[in-house]
This record gives sequence, C-alpha cells and structure tokens, in this order.
Amino acid sequence: MLDLGAHDPVPMAAVAPAGPALLDVAGLHAWYGESHVLHGVDLNVRQGETVCLLGRNGAGKTTTLRSILGVVGRRDGRVSFDGRDLTRMPLHGPARAGLAYVPENRGIFAGLTVAENLMLPPKVAEGGMSVEEIHALFPNLKERRLSPGTKLSGGEQQMLAIARVLRTGPKMILLDEPTEGLAPVIVQRIAAALIQLKARGLTVLLVEQNFRFARRVADRFYVMEGGVVVDAFRSDEVEGRLDRLHELLGV
Amino acid sequence: MTTIFGVPIQALLGQLLLGLINGSFYAMLSLGLAVIFGLLRVINFAHGAQYMLGAFVAWLLLEHLGIGYWWALLVAPLVVGAASLVVERAALSKLYDLDPLYGLLFTFGLALTIEGAFRWQFGAAGQPYATPDELVGAKNLGFMVLPIYRGFVVVASVVICLAVWLLIERTKFGAYLRAATEDRTLVQVFGVNVPRLLTLTYALGAGLAGLAGVLAAPIYQVSPLMGSNLIIIVFAVVVVGGMGSIGGAILTGYALGVLEGLTKVFYPPASSIVIFVVMAAVLLVRPAGLFGREG
Repeated sequence: MLDLGAHDPVPMAAVAPAGPALLDVAGLHAWYGESHVLHGVDLNVRQGETVCLLGRNGAGKTTTLRSILGVVGRRDGRVSFDGRDLTRMPLHGPARAGLAYVPENRGIFAGLTVAENLMLPPKVAEGGMSVEEIHALFPNLKERRLSPGTKLSGGEQQMLAIARVLRTGPKMILLDEPTEGLAPVIVQRIAAALIQLKARGLTVLLVEQNFRFARRVADRFYVMEGGVVVDAFRSDEVEGRLDRLHELLGV
Repeated sequence: MTTIFGVPIQALLGQLLLGLINGSFYAMLSLGLAVIFGLLRVINFAHGAQYMLGAFVAWLLLEHLGIGYWWALLVAPLVVGAASLVVERAALSKLYDLDPLYGLLFTFGLALTIEGAFRWQFGAAGQPYATPDELVGAKNLGFMVLPIYRGFVVVASVVICLAVWLLIERTKFGAYLRAATEDRTLVQVFGVNVPRLLTLTYALGAGLAGLAGVLAAPIYQVSPLMGSNLIIIVFAVVVVGGMGSIGGAILTGYALGVLEGLTKVFYPPASSIVIFVVMAAVLLVRPAGLFGREG
C-alpha cells in the first residue's frame, strides 16, 4: 500500500523498469520568471516504452516536457537522454540527440505549406519514416500537401505535427496532449497510429488529460500534482487504482 | 505633341522610368530591412550605412587595387555581409532578449559611428565612380534617352529581388527562415541552429544593402551620407508595405518609386513628400501596412 502525500517521494523501485532508462529525469526543478513551477520531478522512460504523464491542469505536465528540452526560464536537476546530459546542450541539442517534440498547440507554421511543415525538422538519424510511409499512415496529409499548414483541421494538424517528427528518425518523442479538442473518431485514429508506432519500437513520453485514450496506448503512468510526481504505476495496475485516480485527476 | 492631362507623354514616360530606377533601390533596401525585421525583430537603422559601405568598398577596390565594377558586385556585398556578421555575433545578438528598442538604438548608433568615421576619413563630398565600360552610353527610346547603366540597374534589381524572393519562398533555408519568423523557439527545438540562422539572415540583409550600394555607385556619388539620405524614404516604404512582408516590400518599393516619379510630373513641389504622405495615410487606415498581417 502506498501512502501518497503530495510531496512525498514515490517509491520508484516498485514500478521502474529494469535496465538503463533512455530518458532519466531526477530532481528536476523549473522556474518561469520568479514562479517556481516544478519542485523536483523524478521519472524515467525505457527504450520502447510509452509512458504517460497524468494530472490536472496546472500540475506541471507540459512544463515537465518543456524543461526536459530546456524551453523554460531556468531549470535545475538532472536530465539524461541516451546517456547524454541534456542540461548542458543548447536548445537545438536534444533534437539532434534524437529527442523529438510535438507541442501542445501543435506548432504548425501558417507561412509554410503542409509539405514544407512536414519537411521542416532536420533529419537526425537514419531509420525515420519516409514520406510515402507517412502518407500511408495519414492519407489526408498527401491530399492537402500544398495547402497552408494552418488551413488543415485540428485533427489533420495533429497528424502533421506527429508525422513531421517521425520523418526525422528520433529515438523518442515527447507528445503533449495529442487528443486535445479533437472529435472521438479522430482520437481513435491517433490512438491507432500511436499503437502502430509503438509496434515499430518508438519510445514515447505522453502528456494526456484523456485517460481513456492514455489507457489504450500507455505501458506506464506517472501522476503529477503541484509540480511533482505523486504516483507511478503500470497499466496492469490501473484497475485497482481507479477510485484514487478519479480523485487525483477529477475525471 | 501628345499629352495626357496636359502633360507631354514624353515627360510622363521619362519620369516613370526615373521613378522605376529610384524604386529599384527602394525595393532592394526595403527587402533587406523586411527580411531582417521579420526574423530578428530588429529595425536595422544601420541599413543605410551598409548600403554606403557597399558603394565605398567598390570605390576603394577601384582606387587602390584597380579591381573593377564586376568584381566589386561580388566582393563588396561579401565584405559588407562579413562585417555585419561579426557585428551581429559580437553585439546585436546580445540584445535579442531585451526590448526591441535596444536593437534599434544599437544599429542607429552603429550607423552614426560608421558614417562619422567615413566623413572624417573621406570628407562629406562625394567621390565619382565611373560607369563600367560595357554599360557606358545611352539608348534613345523615342520618348527619352535612357543611359544604358540605369536600364541595367532596373533589370538587375528585379533579378536580385526575384532571387531573394525565391530563396525565401522556395528553399529549405527560406522555410527555416519563415518558420523561425513565426516561432523561433520551436524551430530550434526541432534541431535547427537558430542563432546561426539569425546571424546569416542579418548578414544576408546587410549584404543586399551592400550590393545595392555598388549598383548605386555609378549613378549617385559615393559619399558617406548617401545612405542616410535614402534610408528614411526606405523606412517609409517598409511601413507602407508592412514590416516583415517580403513580397510587400519589393512591390511597394517599385510602386512608391513610380509614384514619386509621377508626382514630379504632375505637381513637382510634392514629389519629395509624397511617399511620407502615403505612409501617414496607410498608418491611419491599415497600421500593419498594405501587405502586413493584422494583429
């Protein structure tokens, strides 16, 4: 039985996978200006896993992703990816090390066509998806390739945002709220695509409010509150925790 | 004699062409300003000084090394671009996180310093720069006698503007530039070395000003103040076209040059202010400029 006070450390040994983590975050603090937003986040993601960060609005999930990449005012703590220290890299370092980002607002560029958006992020390694494979996964992107990026529907923009980083051959993707504001049928398609990518061995750290979606795709979960991780469990442990999750997430 | 609104058609066509020549410089210079502003959010007050530097490099190459116009067209923009690259790395890049006013003040101070140094070294009077042999002479177009060099400048400026437009709209470098104009941070998170992109963009804009300076050398005198005389008009052009709009800057440059020429025919006293009147009117009706995005 776990006793989970808001700021108590989580007994990681109970859930942390064996073997070295691809992404290892320890004691991560972050500040936006004067405001201290993360208070020592610990989490890790192993090769091939899909790990989901749950939590209410303002719990620090998006900030955690942004702090891993270095897109915050100030951060402190350890962020190691594939054995490299991300905190010592310039902002363009993590992507080149193989860590790709799909932001919450999707980050589709209005001044670029769909095709230009797709081709924008530089390739970081061999083994990324070809444009043909991407068009097979998301056929809409092929039909609309000459439209301005932001003329796509919300769902298509999300597909484009995911497709764009798949082409670059990343080792891991940070995926922020991919289902936000999308119709259920589109959420289904995104889930199907993620499951397909997982089968190809892609590692994902996902932030999600939609717990039903997250349950379908994630192997492990962390729950955040007040800028720290307050719970961690595997997907086969979800059933026993539903009451507690409802309380923590307000779902 | 044929007339339109009481104006001889010869005079009209002649001024149209002269307006187009001025417009060629407005277009090239406002294009560079718009490219720099779009990405760096810096209002580059040194643009006029960089234009002047281009002309001076051409003049110095000829005076001291005997290197002629055609090589100067290549070398001068590279020299100006390289010098601006150093300035961006050493100073301007340190100001990006501050209020944009600091970038403006810095480039303004830089312009005054460069122009002051050249006045001290070369005096305020202009130095003549000979038209290249291949382009000496004039062609009788029927309605006016066009010096061949001036026709060349119009064609060259169109080619240059088109090339820059293609670079920005049709290449990978241009896609990075356009994307970074919208969201610099995200482009860098994607793995693009954005600080280097900013440096190259500043050097490109400044090099473009230097190239315009070389083209201007045989027409206007090479003088330390040639840039500051022109740059105020060019700022008005950029405001009318819309800050950050590449195509808008080019089109507005030619259009306002022609408008200025036409004003010389119909009401000469207004010709020196017509561009500023248009600017004021555009600011009242469409503050973002004719081609700028609102908001």
